[in-house]
Amino acid sequence: MIDRKTIADHNLTLEEYKRIVELIGREPTLTELGIFSLMWSEHCSYKSSRVHLKKLPTTGKNVIQGPGENAGVLDIGAGTAVVFKIESHNHPSYIEPFQGAATGIGGILRDIFTMGARPIALLDSLRFGPLETPKNRAIMDGVVAGISSYGNSMGIPTVGGEIYFHDCYSRNPLVNVFALGLVEKDKIFYAKAEGTGNPVLYVGSKTGRDGIHGATMASAEFGTETEQKRPNVQVGDPFKEKLLLEACLEVMERALIVGIQDMGAAGLTCSTSEMAAKSGTGISINLDLVPQREEGMTPYEIMLSESQERMLLVAKKENLAEVQRIFAKWDLDAVQIGEVTASGRLRVSFRGETAVDVPVDAIVNLCPIYRRPTRKPAHLKAVKKFELPPVPLDWNDILLRLIASPTIADKEWVYRQYDHQVQINTVLLPGADAAVLRIKGQRKGLAMTLDGNSLYAYLNPRTGGMIAVAEACRNLACVGARPIGVTNCLNFGNPEKPEVMWQFKKVVEGMAEACCFFSIPVTGGNVSFYNDTEGISIYPTPVLGVVGLIDDINSAVSPRFKEAGDVIVLLGENKEELGGSEYLKAAFDLEKGPPPGIDLETEKRVHELCLEAISRGLIRSAHDISEGGLAVALAECSFGSRAKTGSIIDLNDEIRPDALVFGESQSRIVVSVRKADLSVLLKLAAQKGVQAKAIGKTAGREIIIRHAGREIIRLPVEILYETWKKSIPQVFSIL
Amino acid sequence: MRFGVVIFPGSNCDYDTFFVLKEVLRQDTTFLWHKDHFLKNVDCVVLPGGFSYGDYLRSGAIAKFSPLMREVGEFAAKGGIVLGICNGFQVLLELGLLPGAMLRNKNLKFLCEFVHVRVENAQTRFTHKARPRQVLRIPIAHFDGNYFAPPELLRKIEKNNQVMLRYVDEKGEATEEANINGSAASIAGLINKGGNVMGLMPHPERASEALLGSTDGRVIFASIIEKFKHD
Repeated sequence: MIDRKTIADHNLTLEEYKRIVELIGREPTLTELGIFSLMWSEHCSYKSSRVHLKKLPTTGKNVIQGPGENAGVLDIGAGTAVVFKIESHNHPSYIEPFQGAATGIGGILRDIFTMGARPIALLDSLRFGPLETPKNRAIMDGVVAGISSYGNSMGIPTVGGEIYFHDCYSRNPLVNVFALGLVEKDKIFYAKAEGTGNPVLYVGSKTGRDGIHGATMASAEFGTETEQKRPNVQVGDPFKEKLLLEACLEVMERALIVGIQDMGAAGLTCSTSEMAAKSGTGISINLDLVPQREEGMTPYEIMLSESQERMLLVAKKENLAEVQRIFAKWDLDAVQIGEVTASGRLRVSFRGETAVDVPVDAIVNLCPIYRRPTRKPAHLKAVKKFELPPVPLDWNDILLRLIASPTIADKEWVYRQYDHQVQINTVLLPGADAAVLRIKGQRKGLAMTLDGNSLYAYLNPRTGGMIAVAEACRNLACVGARPIGVTNCLNFGNPEKPEVMWQFKKVVEGMAEACCFFSIPVTGGNVSFYNDTEGISIYPTPVLGVVGLIDDINSAVSPRFKEAGDVIVLLGENKEELGGSEYLKAAFDLEKGPPPGIDLETEKRVHELCLEAISRGLIRSAHDISEGGLAVALAECSFGSRAKTGSIIDLNDEIRPDALVFGESQSRIVVSVRKADLSVLLKLAAQKGVQAKAIGKTAGREIIIRHAGREIIRLPVEILYETWKKSIPQVFSIL
Repeated sequence: MRFGVVIFPGSNCDYDTFFVLKEVLRQDTTFLWHKDHFLKNVDCVVLPGGFSYGDYLRSGAIAKFSPLMREVGEFAAKGGIVLGICNGFQVLLELGLLPGAMLRNKNLKFLCEFVHVRVENAQTRFTHKARPRQVLRIPIAHFDGNYFAPPELLRKIEKNNQVMLRYVDEKGEATEEANINGSAASIAGLINKGGNVMGLMPHPERASEALLGSTDGRVIFASIIEKFKHD
């Protein structure tokens, strides 16, 4: 008998339970209840987010597959397509940082290669609490090691990403992982279970008790007993997954199978029911045939296990032996555990008895959809009102503090732990505005970036959502790439809180408007709610993964200054905007004010100008101005250059000089050009309707910034560089 | 000249090495499967980088039991040319085709970055196209690259001129800071006494195309190819 406590323990409401009884015409068995609890969890069903996500544009002429599959697919021409997606692994990474992050990588890679694509790139967006706290250092150390261990072993380069630090992530770190793969357009596979009588194959690792209820865990707030949830985190085996990758790609390359789905969240439950639901068929399986790691597992445990490195395949009947031969070559079992039926039902037998017999449609498609109440959070009023502090006295000191703040400081300590060059496609090493990869045998190149400033979204969710899209596209423009598609990971607090839901709604609206404006389709993504610990929600954190194309890979531009004597040009307009800036936080401990404004029309014109100038070979370096403003951007351009070339800058705008130097006004790019090309660039800018101004030159070994003739910053690049370089390693050397 | 690139189940630089040999250097190149028992008449066997068997145990410790490794051992004993890159170097150490062993990097982290290595012996079939003491800029990517040999053995290796590459700074000095993983005597690459087996931790295949930032790695492949022509 199912009692109220059992229902509550499964994170289901009484109404939801009643709906289940109605849909299947009787009380569910415990195993069936477990199945519904997983598939109707927020993580799997998107029941709170769906009504809002509908606003995102998902179509376009290059879209081969939009949301709803394992990953999105875009046509990039010449018979090739890219398959990409982002996923969160936040909750597991807090409980067990190494395995939580590692299995996040394993999961996102399976999403890519189940579609027939060979993964060629990983990026990750990470959020941690301040590093002064030992616990936060331990989390970061574990997460980075976990990503490194899994990605490196699989031979997929981690080519980029971003890391922010903020107190709101102390009890709730974010680990968002993005992967991209390449596939021939006519060899894409889907999660289909077609053809009555076709064998259903289980491949990969054996099933254990690990990860039971992972998806439900990710759909609830954490309390103080979170540590006890450690057994809910799975353990990764990258070597096994490497075998799985090669074997799966081989059977797909030879078109031996009908469909395939990975067993990620909700394991065997999700893969069987989704594949059948998508094809309008049913699936019958016998759990006695499922390879098991432990003795005495119940049907409930087998169906709900989230053991890693497993796949479900539907083979063509006549190819069964050949499929099994290929898996044997890679030392893997491919066990037939059932077959496709015409029943429209998921039927599971165990020791001769029926454990599950429910319509797949009920599990997959008939979860209640919620339009949850929304309420504007009270903090928005409080943060609006603030008085700008007086202009500071020691500017050099502030620049050094900004450079040393972990969010801005060098991340080499992190990315040197990732193999970022394997597969020999990496054209720009990590640290550039966007990752740039060549495509072997093609002139085109690929660029990708992850972006999302949660402080902006906290101060103004709608603007925050728009800026996340705009900045990602700007990063692509800086390397010379045109955006072609988006995936997104939306990290929020508990959606049952009306304030959180309001933030979610506004962020999605902002993103939708920007994506529509830039004509870039959203091909998929992930929503991670319940990022709360002991009642405190994280800042709303949208992370945008944008993929772009470069016409000629040889024209890709890096942010580093090339040589002394070039002219530095600012594309875009300086405005007096300091709200939400790293400067306010670092210098005055203020998180207030409106975030910088964003005008999409202006933004787009700046991108167009940058792209055209790059394709005409005018631009020697380009770097987006973001956290820390112009001064930090200039320093970063110097750091990349081998000779540590400095710059001399003269600014004359009649705005507060701190806003000029450290403000984060959007739609700005700082570029360097040869003297001889300056007039051509300025003329082009005028044609495109973009403000562009020569603000100085690359020179010497110092960064010198003058405002209205008065010197306000003068620092040797070497000192800035050392500060920037050592900030994060220093923290970890005292571990 | 015909190259054979070995595929262990967890190799992940196999395709990279194959690509550089075949598409960039235009050499006749084939894959060799670790479960096979023959070497397809190749003139040079390349053991590529990666995690041959997951490397949960000591790196390369299981790979040495692959059926194909017996063939590679015999091939090397007869003077066949064998090049081990990164994990391939580790396998050669485990096989005993090169002396010494690998420990975890001194900072106990995986390290992926461009490093500088100096050519210590430019008179071998793997390095003769380099200038003596030429500094090469080539990336590394490993967790276990901290070369170890007991003092006695180390002396012998040095005396026999078996050290091929040493970690150095940009100017070519073998400083402690430049010795990125803590290797004994800053050793980044070794050759056997017979001069036909070489192992190195840096990845020359990652430094063979200008688009990727360096072509310094080519000197190793070019040396092998040219020497073979004149053999």
